[in-house]
Amino acid sequence: MLETLLHYLSFPFVRYALIVGVLIALCSSLLGVVLVLKRLSYIGDSLSHIAFGAMAAATALNLSDNLLLVLPVTIVVSILILYSGGRTKIQGDAALAMLSVGSLAVGYMLFNLFPPKGGNVSGDVCTTLFGSTSILTLTKEEVWLSVILSAAVVILFVIFYHRIFSLTFDEDFARATGMRTGLYQLGMAAVVATVISLAMNLVGSLLISALLVFPALSSMRVFHSFKKVVICSAIFGVSAALLGLLVSILVGTPVGATIVAADMAGFFLFGLIGLFKKGRTA
Amino acid sequence: MALLTVQNLSAGYEGKPVASGISFSVSSGDYLTIVGENGSGKTTLMKTVLGLLPPVSGKVELGDGLRKNRIGYVPQQTAGQKGFPASVLEVVLSGCLGKSGLFYSKKEKDLATKQMRRMEILPLQNRAYRELSGGQQKRALLARALCAADSMLLLDEPAAGLDPVVTQEMYEVIQSLNREGVAIVMISHDIQAALIYSKTILHLAEKPLYYGDVFGYKREYFLEGEQHA
Ligand SMILES: Nc1ncnc2c1ncn2[C@@H]1O[C@H](COP(=O)(O)OP(=O)(O)O)[C@@H](O)[C@H]1O
Ligand SMILES: [Mg+2]
Repeated sequence: MLETLLHYLSFPFVRYALIVGVLIALCSSLLGVVLVLKRLSYIGDSLSHIAFGAMAAATALNLSDNLLLVLPVTIVVSILILYSGGRTKIQGDAALAMLSVGSLAVGYMLFNLFPPKGGNVSGDVCTTLFGSTSILTLTKEEVWLSVILSAAVVILFVIFYHRIFSLTFDEDFARATGMRTGLYQLGMAAVVATVISLAMNLVGSLLISALLVFPALSSMRVFHSFKKVVICSAIFGVSAALLGLLVSILVGTPVGATIVAADMAGFFLFGLIGLFKKGRTA
Repeated sequence: MALLTVQNLSAGYEGKPVASGISFSVSSGDYLTIVGENGSGKTTLMKTVLGLLPPVSGKVELGDGLRKNRIGYVPQQTAGQKGFPASVLEVVLSGCLGKSGLFYSKKEKDLATKQMRRMEILPLQNRAYRELSGGQQKRALLARALCAADSMLLLDEPAAGLDPVVTQEMYEVIQSLNREGVAIVMISHDIQAALIYSKTILHLAEKPLYYGDVFGYKREYFLEGEQHA
C-alpha cells in the first residue's frame, strides 16, 4: 500500500492536489471557527451556491481561468450580504436562501445552454457541485494562486488573531475599545469569499460548508479556550483533508465526499472524547 | 471637570428617537444609576454614549483626556457568549486591545493579572468562561472593562440573572470600585439597590422623569417609604 502511495506521489498532479487541498482545509477550518461562533455558517453555505453560479457563468464564457470570475463575484456578494444583513434583519435569511437557490438554478441552466467544449454537461455539473476530479486537474498557475491566497489568509488570521477574538466574542465591546469593526468585517467577508472560491476546486460547491463547520464544531466539544479551539480546528481540518485525499487516491472514491466522510468520523470521535472528558470532571 | 457630559441628547435608531431630552454629566468619583422600565431606552442611551450608535440629536462629550477607546463597558450578556470557548484570561486580556499593538506585551498581561486579582478571579484565569457561574462571568467582564479603562465604567444591568446573594456581592464590588475612584454609570431596574448605592439617579422614560441626587429622588418618588410604582 505504501508503495502504491509512493508511486502516486511521483505524479506532480497528485502532489499539487495534496498541497492545495491541505492549504484550503487549513484556511477553511480557521475561518470556520469565527463563522460558527458568530452563527454565520449559513453565509458560507449561501456563498458556495453563489460561487457555483459564477463558475457556471465562467464556463459559459469560456474563460481561461474560472477563478477570474468566481473570485470577484463571490467577494462582491459576500460584502453585499454583510451590509444588507445589518439593515434588513427581518427577512434577511429568507432573502439569502432565495439568492443562493436562485444561483444554483441559473448555474445549472447555464451549464445546459452553453455546454463546455468537449465536455459533458452532467459530468461538469457533478464536478462543480461535488468536486469530483477538479483537484486532480489543477494547472501550475492555479496551484500557485491557491498557495499565495491561502498563505495570505493564514498570515492575516495570525496577525489579527487577538482582534478577531474580540470581534467574535463581543462586537459591541470591541467597538467600545476603539476597534474599527466595520473594516474587519469587510476584510472577513472578502476572505471568506476567497476561501470559498478556492474550496470549489477541492470539494465542490455543495460540500464546502463541511470544511468550515466540522473542524470548529468538533474542537469546541473538546477544548475550552479560543486558542486551543483554533489550533485544534486547524489540525483537525488538515488531517481530515489529508486522510480524505489519500484514501480517495488509493481507493478511487470521490475526493470531496471522502474528505467530508473523514470530517464526519472526526466529529463523532471528538464528540465521544468530549463526553468522556465531561464525565470525568462532573 | 466632567468625564462625560451629555447635552439634550436624543438616542434612538435610524433617526427615530427612543428617548430624548437627556442631559447629565459624570465626574470623577460619581455613581449614577439609570433606572426606568423595560424598553424605556436605557441600553440605547448607553450605546449612544459609547459611540456604538450615532446620536439622533444632541451631544455626547468625553472630557478629561478620556478617549473613545478608554471607557470600560460591561454589556449585557449576549446569546452568543453562552457556549463560547474562551478562557477567563483570554476574555480579560481582550480589554487591553485599545492599548496594545497586534500582540499583547508584558505590560498588558500584567494589567490583566492586576484586574483579575482586583475582581478576585485570578485563580480562575485558565478556566473556561462558559463554565463559570453568572457572578464569576460578570467579574470577568468587569476585569475586562477595567483593563480598557479605570476612570469610568458603564454597566448595563450588571445584576441581571444573578441570585440575590450574588447580586448583593456584585453591588458591593461595584461600590468598592467607586470608592477607589472609578466613576460608575449603571443601568438597573432595581430601584431599591439604586437608592442604597448610587449618588445620582436618572429616571428615564420617553423623556427623563428625574435627574438629580438620590435624596431628591427619594423625596419625589418614595414619600415616607410609600412606593409609587
Ligand atoms: N436595534 C434596534 N433597532 C430598532 N429599535 C430597537 C433596537 N434595539 C432596541 N430597540 C427599541 O428601542 C427601545 C428601547 O430599547 P432599550 O434601549 O433596549 O430599552 P431598555 O434597555 O431600557 O430596556 C425598545 O422599544 C426597543 O424595541
Ligand atoms: Mg436594556
